[in-house]
Amino acid sequence: MSALLDRLPYAQFLGLISDQDGETLTVTMPFADRLIGNPMLPALHGGATAALLELTAVAQVALSYPRLRLPRPINVTVAYLRSGRPVDVHARARISKAGRRVAHVLAEAWQEDETQPIASLTAHFLVAEHDL
Amino acid sequence: MSSSTLVSLLPQLASGAAHTHALGFAYDGLEGDRVRIRVPWREDLVGDPDTGVLAGGLVTALLDHVGGLAVWIALDRFEPIATLDLRVDYMRAAEPGRDLIAEARCYRLTHSIAFVRAWAFEDRPDDPVAAAQAAYMLSSSKGREPGANLPSRAGVAK
Repeated sequence: MSALLDRLPYAQFLGLISDQDGETLTVTMPFADRLIGNPMLPALHGGATAALLELTAVAQVALSYPRLRLPRPINVTVAYLRSGRPVDVHARARISKAGRRVAHVLAEAWQEDETQPIASLTAHFLVAEHDL
Repeated sequence: MSSSTLVSLLPQLASGAAHTHALGFAYDGLEGDRVRIRVPWREDLVGDPDTGVLAGGLVTALLDHVGGLAVWIALDRFEPIATLDLRVDYMRAAEPGRDLIAEARCYRLTHSIAFVRAWAFEDRPDDPVAAAQAAYMLSSSKGREPGANLPSRAGVAK
């Protein structure tokens, strides 16, 4: 478990559960009705999927930079690849560059099939203690 | 100019879905082609428990959603749309305990895509917490019936 996500109110609001395997976190957002953005299809709200991706990235960066109180995103870009169906969503993040001041992170979210992601995230995080 | 029919729908479009309702989003007005929604500060929406600052993911959801409203205003009708991509720059932490407002404007519509910019702030758009640019697909559920995402149809969808 990521102790960090358990501590963050918004991660709890979304019901996020994390599972750590070595240095990699997999975060799950169990399906709940209150995540629905389009009641017709029905489809998950893109904002919920984006928040899952961003919090997964935050937790992964926190693992790599243990002395940081809380990783702060500088910017995030989310691409929505497929409609989010009313089932659980999983996400995993990878740090593509762990710099001294900035870390670059890629993350993907998927449902039943990891090879068919529903959304991807690219983000920069500020990882220097006294910047920004 | 927006028709009164669409304008009368805006409060429902701002907060009518389960997720936007759970987050407490509320329609906050329309001025020209700029539309606003507001999210009242709430403890369970906080991203940093030590400071009480609202979560970045919440700001992203707010900007994504207000951008959709701006697209409907530009179209002057409601139709299914889907966010294609969204970039958010976080300029500063939101002030703890205060409502956040998001304002969006759709500055270009093409046959299939809408281009939007949006800002989130407490008081003034020129002192933003975050800024976004996003693209939305129009008529995104063309050819998809209601219920298309339900499990019983998952096999058909593939």
